[in-house]
Amino acid sequence: MGIIITKDLRKIYSETKVPVYALNGVSVTIEEGEFTSIVGPSGSGKTTLLNMIGGLDNPTEGEVHINGVNVTTLPSGKLIDFRLHHIGFVFQSYNLIPVLTARENVEFIMQLQGVPKKERAARAIELLESVGLSDKIDNRPGDMSGGQQQRVSVARALASKPRFILADEPTANLDSKSTAELLDIMLKMNEKHKTTFIFSTHDQRVMERARRIITIEDGVVAKDEF
Amino acid sequence: MKEYFKIAWRNLWRNRRRTFITIASVLFAIFLVLIMRSMQIGTYDYMVESAVRNSTGYIQVHGKGYWEDKSLDNSLIYNEELEEKIRNTPNVSSIVPRLESFALVSYGVQTKGIAVIGTVADLEDKASGLQNRLVKGNYLSENQKGVLIPEGLADYLKVDIGDSIVLLGQGYHGVTAASLSEVTGIVRFLQPDMNNQLLYMDLQQAQEFYAAPGHLTSVSIMLENPGRLYQTTKSLSDIDPDNLEVMTWKEMLVELLQYIEGDNISGLFMLGILYVVVGFGILGTILMMTMERRKEFGIMVAVGMKRYKLSLIILIESVVIGILGVLAGILLSMPFIVYFYHHPIQLTGEWAEAVMEYNMEPILPFAMEPGFILNQGIVVLIITLLASIYPFLVISRLKVVNAIKGK
Repeated sequence: MGIIITKDLRKIYSETKVPVYALNGVSVTIEEGEFTSIVGPSGSGKTTLLNMIGGLDNPTEGEVHINGVNVTTLPSGKLIDFRLHHIGFVFQSYNLIPVLTARENVEFIMQLQGVPKKERAARAIELLESVGLSDKIDNRPGDMSGGQQQRVSVARALASKPRFILADEPTANLDSKSTAELLDIMLKMNEKHKTTFIFSTHDQRVMERARRIITIEDGVVAKDEF
Repeated sequence: MKEYFKIAWRNLWRNRRRTFITIASVLFAIFLVLIMRSMQIGTYDYMVESAVRNSTGYIQVHGKGYWEDKSLDNSLIYNEELEEKIRNTPNVSSIVPRLESFALVSYGVQTKGIAVIGTVADLEDKASGLQNRLVKGNYLSENQKGVLIPEGLADYLKVDIGDSIVLLGQGYHGVTAASLSEVTGIVRFLQPDMNNQLLYMDLQQAQEFYAAPGHLTSVSIMLENPGRLYQTTKSLSDIDPDNLEVMTWKEMLVELLQYIEGDNISGLFMLGILYVVVGFGILGTILMMTMERRKEFGIMVAVGMKRYKLSLIILIESVVIGILGVLAGILLSMPFIVYFYHHPIQLTGEWAEAVMEYNMEPILPFAMEPGFILNQGIVVLIITLLASIYPFLVISRLKVVNAIKGK
């Protein structure tokens, strides 16, 4: 049984005269340990699908089950808790907390989880070392390059020991070298710890490394290739 | 909690200029409010203090019915036993026995109606500092003939030290009161009424003049702690409720109290306007701060931060700004308040004359009470907290996806 199951997901925006179907009946199952890319042209619905899976947005119809829990019915407070303990996020613009250092950004998630101080400090350092940032531990985001910030955000996403990581166009703002480094790190995490990664992307370099590619077009799954 | 403080504190210094501007707006508001309020309360205190010292005392004991009908016939009989009871009442610091009535004073072709105050020289000086007002001659002394008149009256009558003036009035039970008294001292009051229409003489001399030996029209009482006014009044009222009436300065100086209350309302209205200006200043900053950080709020909620915890960080930021502004404002205003408390502003020109017409000395004294300083600080903090409601609303209604997209 998949750790993520979407059932006939629909997202309809009715603010305009003509309703827009961002998702129009998407049903996918993602198994543990997958390294999956969701691809498609701009406006195809890939980010919307990622937001639904991450519990950041509610579908108009359909359900999202994560580890057997129907997250579409969870109240706001419980959904926040669910995200905290089950899902890691990597955003396109890194979105680290600017006033915290790299270590503090990684620790922040664990602190929200109630992990004791010593334990979270040790894990934060371990994670930053694993993404190759042992020399940037006490740097603030403003003092790091885009690639380095994105690596911190991967470490942050891993900090909560999530069942899977959702990465929305994680390489969109990175140069080739940083992209390659980031993908290496994520693949290593995937292979070593069986962490499930799901990307939305239209970056060819990411697609080439993905083991499964789900293509979304006009809000429906057009192709699903392993 | 410590971590939230850390984030809030660092957030404050992310945009130093904005934080400094906000703190400065609170600082100047507190500064203005404290200076204005200190001057206002200082003036009220001074008005009450001078009225109390120069005339009524904090409490007065009269013969029953005297306040309604200020006649010597309603005076009280003062003896050692009554004096003992009054002095031994808790919170009484000093007393001034007085016999007051009216008389015509005449010298040469000049005549004028005046108030005659018979008093005990050293007690009067202790209460009202009368001796300090002496500009010519000698101060009163016990059981000595001679009168003390104010400068304005001396000028009107064209008398000087050593001249004898005629006093004519009505004494106890309608007897004629007449005497020839030597002017032994001239005092100066800044208040025109007092400077033109008063005459002081020794209490015993006044009792003889009015044919009322052993009688007093009032015993003015000064208190150790004016805050215990009503408890002390109650104790004094129990001494001889059948023959004595006991009144507080608030009952006797009704017009003064009404003036203060009226003026205080206009002062509070001004404070209110200042608070509104400050409130909008703080709200503006918090509004900008909130709009700027919507995306960041969205991310924090997305990764698992509860909305109330996020609100707590914003609350800490607002409170810290408020506290820093309030403390800085208090620190900045205190040297001014302390200086003007010890060296009241001396008014000059028309302003001084206008003030003197209200029987007040032309000075602007400042008050220095921890109570009102603390109160202003609390009010500004409350305003800051009220301004923080806006980010709470934004966070509670935040649509995470839109916030992350920067919408």
